[in-house]
Amino acid sequence: MSPKKNPYFGVGLPYIDPSDFKGKIIVIEGTDGVGRSTQIEALKKWIEMKGFGVITTGWTRSPLMGKAIDEAKSGHTLNVNTFSLLYAADFADRMEHEIIPALRSGFIVLADRYIYTAFARSIVRGADRQWLRRVFSFALEPDAVFYMKINIEDLIPRVINVERLQRRYREGKHGEGLDYYESGMDLRIGEDFYDSFVEYQKVILREFDKMTREFHFHVIDSSRSFEEINHELRQGIAPFLEEDEPTKKNSSD
Amino acid sequence: MTSLLDRDHPYPGRLIIVEGIDGSGKSTQLGLLQKWLLNSKYRVFFTEWNSSALVNETIKRGKKKNLLTPTTFSLLHATDFADRLAHLILPPLKSGMIVCADRYAYTAFARDVIRGVHPEWVRSLYGFAVKPNIGFYFKVPIEVSLKRILNGRIELKFHEAGMDLGLSNDPRESFRLFQTRVLEEYDRIATEFGLTVIDATLSIRRQQKIIREIVKEKLLDYVPTPYLQKKENVYVA
Repeated sequence: MSPKKNPYFGVGLPYIDPSDFKGKIIVIEGTDGVGRSTQIEALKKWIEMKGFGVITTGWTRSPLMGKAIDEAKSGHTLNVNTFSLLYAADFADRMEHEIIPALRSGFIVLADRYIYTAFARSIVRGADRQWLRRVFSFALEPDAVFYMKINIEDLIPRVINVERLQRRYREGKHGEGLDYYESGMDLRIGEDFYDSFVEYQKVILREFDKMTREFHFHVIDSSRSFEEINHELRQGIAPFLEEDEPTKKNSSD
Repeated sequence: MTSLLDRDHPYPGRLIIVEGIDGSGKSTQLGLLQKWLLNSKYRVFFTEWNSSALVNETIKRGKKKNLLTPTTFSLLHATDFADRLAHLILPPLKSGMIVCADRYAYTAFARDVIRGVHPEWVRSLYGFAVKPNIGFYFKVPIEVSLKRILNGRIELKFHEAGMDLGLSNDPRESFRLFQTRVLEEYDRIATEFGLTVIDATLSIRRQQKIIREIVKEKLLDYVPTPYLQKKENVYVA
């Protein structure tokens, strides 16, 4: 695994030397409820079985920011620039304290979402595209981005089901895809959270389509079964799991 | 998006900001200016750097536990600023008030770059910041500010002295080294953004006189509270 020349999207981190980054960043992107986490869990085991060190990293759960983001969201008074910068701070914390040390030690970093989620969510809320890209220009460019694509018709039954609805109503626990911000309730685009969720996800999916071209995502049709998706993801990831030595071994599923 | 810091804002209010290193006397001067403005029957709103409730706790905790990197330090301060801009600066500006801000985006441009972030990057973070109508930069030699600070308090604060940069283990020496670099950045910034430089070694009263004259001049075309006036017009007609 050889280090890349400029591993950043833009200006990067001037105070960090990236020349000894040995690992790889593999990103799994996709909207809420598409099944990213389940896939990542399975992929982690698979990569570990092949003998590589793996760390997984998520979105908005950095030690520095985790609580602050939840508290900020519960206030419901976030302006879009504030919203974007909060996510940027959270991501920077994770990048510097989790991702970079892992890359230095030659780990495979499996990222459950990346800056693209921040782009989509912020742009839907009216942030300026160019501004956002500059804000996140400190980010490391991933080695590959697999976009778990799904259309709205296939997404709805995954997110809105009996168990989740009851939990949402009785316990006030909103769960993935149904919380205030993740269903775009702050945008006031629907009568209730269902309308809001549908409209919000449509715009998010459109934004992901645009980014697919801009950032060259590998598109994974995610309306299929877990096994089919997992198979394709493994095939896509396998070429990134190569040893330094010239002897290439066959990547097996 | 080109930076809003490069063009005049369209709002009826006026934004006055002060910048300068710790101990330059900028807060004292802004306080006196505010009293004078209030006495002149203007509606004035005051806000200061790093004071929003949103990320205040996070910044404090991050500083205390040494969790902050140059990048997260910079992003958290930008978050604080974005929140205050949306809630405390824009609404009064839109309603025609005079907003006085103790430190503005330029503080980040000076400090964060010394901590190691890219100058272009930190400027782009604040691309949504409205341009102040008047920006005062209180220029003072390092020894003068150090003397003022030590006069008031016994110890220098960790980050104020730039102790996180590891320049020196002695807080006074660290302050001297850190703030010398901040001063260099400020000089660059003052030129880049057309800040009005005030000689902060002058007496408090002398500086205040200069400032009031400049503000008076700049407020000649200022029409306070157009919203209320407009409403009155409606009722009169």
